Amino acid sequence: MDLAYTEEERAFRARLRDWLASVLPTLPARPDPRDWPARRAYDTAWQRMLYDAGYADVHWDAAPTIRLIFLEETERAGAPYVGANFVGLLHAGPTIAVEGTPAQRQRWLPPVLRGDEVWCQGFSEPDAGSDLASLRTRAVRDGDDYVVTGAKIWTSHAEVADWCELLVRTDPDAPRHRGLTWLALPMDAPGVTVRPLRTLAGTAEFAEVFLDEVRVPAGNRVGAENDGWRVTMVTLSFERGTAFVGEVVACRRVLGALARAARANGRWDDAVLRRRLGRLNADFAALWRLIQWNVSEAAAAAAGRGASTAPGGSGGVPGAGGSVFKLRYSHARQELYDAAAEVLGAGALDAGHEWVADRLSSLSYTIAAGTSQIQQNIVAERILGLPKGR
Amino acid sequence: MRFQLTEEQRALRDGTRKLLDGRFGRDRLRAAVDEPALDRALWRELGAAGFFALRLPEEAGGVGLGLPEAVLVFEEAGRALLPGPLVACELLAGVVDGVAAGERTAGLCEGSAEEVLWEHPADCDELILVEGGGRDARDAPGRAEGVYRSAPDRVAWTPFASVDPLTPLARVTDFPRGAPLGGPDPSRLRREAALLTAAQQVGSAVRTVEAAVGHARERTQFGVPIGSFQAVKHLCAQMLVRAEMARSAVYAAAVTEGALDVTGAKLLADEAAVRNARDCLQVHGGMGFTWEAEVHLHLKRAWLRAARWGVAAEAEEALAADLID
Repeated sequence: MDLAYTEEERAFRARLRDWLASVLPTLPARPDPRDWPARRAYDTAWQRMLYDAGYADVHWDAAPTIRLIFLEETERAGAPYVGANFVGLLHAGPTIAVEGTPAQRQRWLPPVLRGDEVWCQGFSEPDAGSDLASLRTRAVRDGDDYVVTGAKIWTSHAEVADWCELLVRTDPDAPRHRGLTWLALPMDAPGVTVRPLRTLAGTAEFAEVFLDEVRVPAGNRVGAENDGWRVTMVTLSFERGTAFVGEVVACRRVLGALARAARANGRWDDAVLRRRLGRLNADFAALWRLIQWNVSEAAAAAAGRGASTAPGGSGGVPGAGGSVFKLRYSHARQELYDAAAEVLGAGALDAGHEWVADRLSSLSYTIAAGTSQIQQNIVAERILGLPKGR
Repeated sequence: MRFQLTEEQRALRDGTRKLLDGRFGRDRLRAAVDEPALDRALWRELGAAGFFALRLPEEAGGVGLGLPEAVLVFEEAGRALLPGPLVACELLAGVVDGVAAGERTAGLCEGSAEEVLWEHPADCDELILVEGGGRDARDAPGRAEGVYRSAPDRVAWTPFASVDPLTPLARVTDFPRGAPLGGPDPSRLRREAALLTAAQQVGSAVRTVEAAVGHARERTQFGVPIGSFQAVKHLCAQMLVRAEMARSAVYAAAVTEGALDVTGAKLLADEAAVRNARDCLQVHGGMGFTWEAEVHLHLKRAWLRAARWGVAAEAEEALAADLID
């Protein structure tokens, strides 16, 4: 049990730090979050820089500890996050790498790494969010194509995406988990309509996607027909894990800024607020330790050092640590920005303030990527072994 | 970075659990409730097993392990609800004669606390007072900082009915400071006492998750196990989240030995132990409110530990101050 990094890991950190220091001053200003084409251009340019410097595939091939260091250092340096490349780099890419044919890997993976193509996720539907297996978008085989009809929702980056990882129902008579198929949908295909949705934070974060008899070549199917649920579980297993590493680093920075702001405006004299910030300091420190624990566990598993166990007797169930982490992190993030509102006083009503905008967006954290209620069911059933029920 | 238990650490944890299961199982726990005097035979057995000499160097007859190993052992002690001046004896082994072997016992008091409390006053062969070395405001400047020993019969104390039936308590009203005790300095003693106390809280927090889950799987209502109800599931899931957060923090603090890491770990561990015991009690329903279930013993001990070696208010203030340092 140690927290010391190896020589190789320290060398990687030093090299990355030097590179970040040299390139970050050359980046243009960040685009308006409501301007999707500008966001896409900015995020893909950053991915191209990572590609040219040899860091593009850090999410795919690198050892878990290297990925941790990458995310920690890029956030600490204030570098851009994956942004519009999120689905391609963290969901679709890894899924195709594991489940795709050699031709599919050759077709789709290099453009993701180079920042040439952007993906979005077509899983959720208006009537199938937390209960994903109840989705109704249909795909009917017609010659060499699937003909797809239905609607998807909460699709981030849909306005600017080239591809969509699409989950469709190919066998309506099969049990609901068994009749699903995973397709790569070209977003410029005839019959695809994107309608942006405005979030409560005022940004166009995601969209509805309507599919009206869209023809998708059967060669775009990843995995077997009707085996889409299993492929999707592969995708979702990439979703948790280290996805929030950079954010925890950022939250710790914001917490320090809150304390300094409170001291500057006199609210630091309020012991209740002070103690609240102190408690958050402990929470985010522990979340960081939980990340280090989960990453070490993943590294041990990757190195084949046998079955490892997460703390709390989770018995080595994959992804369990991720659910535990996400449950606490999503609430801590909301508590952080609630505390920010208290520091800001009347300024908390200014939606133009960075902390207020982040307070609004933090409300999505207990919903996206599996609501807290679903995460609690996962922890209770898969880790603690409580019976399924309602 | 390998922030995981090593094979040896896992073996130590499992071995300790087995040892405590065998020598301080459920029956013995219940017998101890009726007869809270320290079981000297058990104490000697623990001493013989190396329980107190864990961190003493091998050339001094110890096991030669470090703080992370001590934390694992204390987590098991917390899980088993093992009573006695455990923290004091672990920290004073090799400093006070006979403690390492479990032949004699020593108590440890926080001189700078609001009230100087003494655990197991009738059972300590020696009493040690730690003054200063803390971060909080009560360590007024100019006040003596040091570690002092005294024979228990020279200390003035008033026993009172302890909320934890397994931990007799007294208020120390006068402590004649004998010779300063050589060995660890006050800040280190306090830090390590807080960490080992936090480790016991983690063990208790994990044990109450297991107890709640076990009960929720067996107890049926409306024709199904109550653990199939989301309301009960979600209580249990949150208990695990608290326990794992606290455990990560406590393990990391054992590695870094940083004062602030320990402070944060103790804060989270206190919360995990207390709130998990309460939720466990809730899952047990009416049965949880009786003397028959053991959960009340976890709750009462968790309250006691939370009141020692740094309470929440002090910890939160210290962690807040760190943000602007």
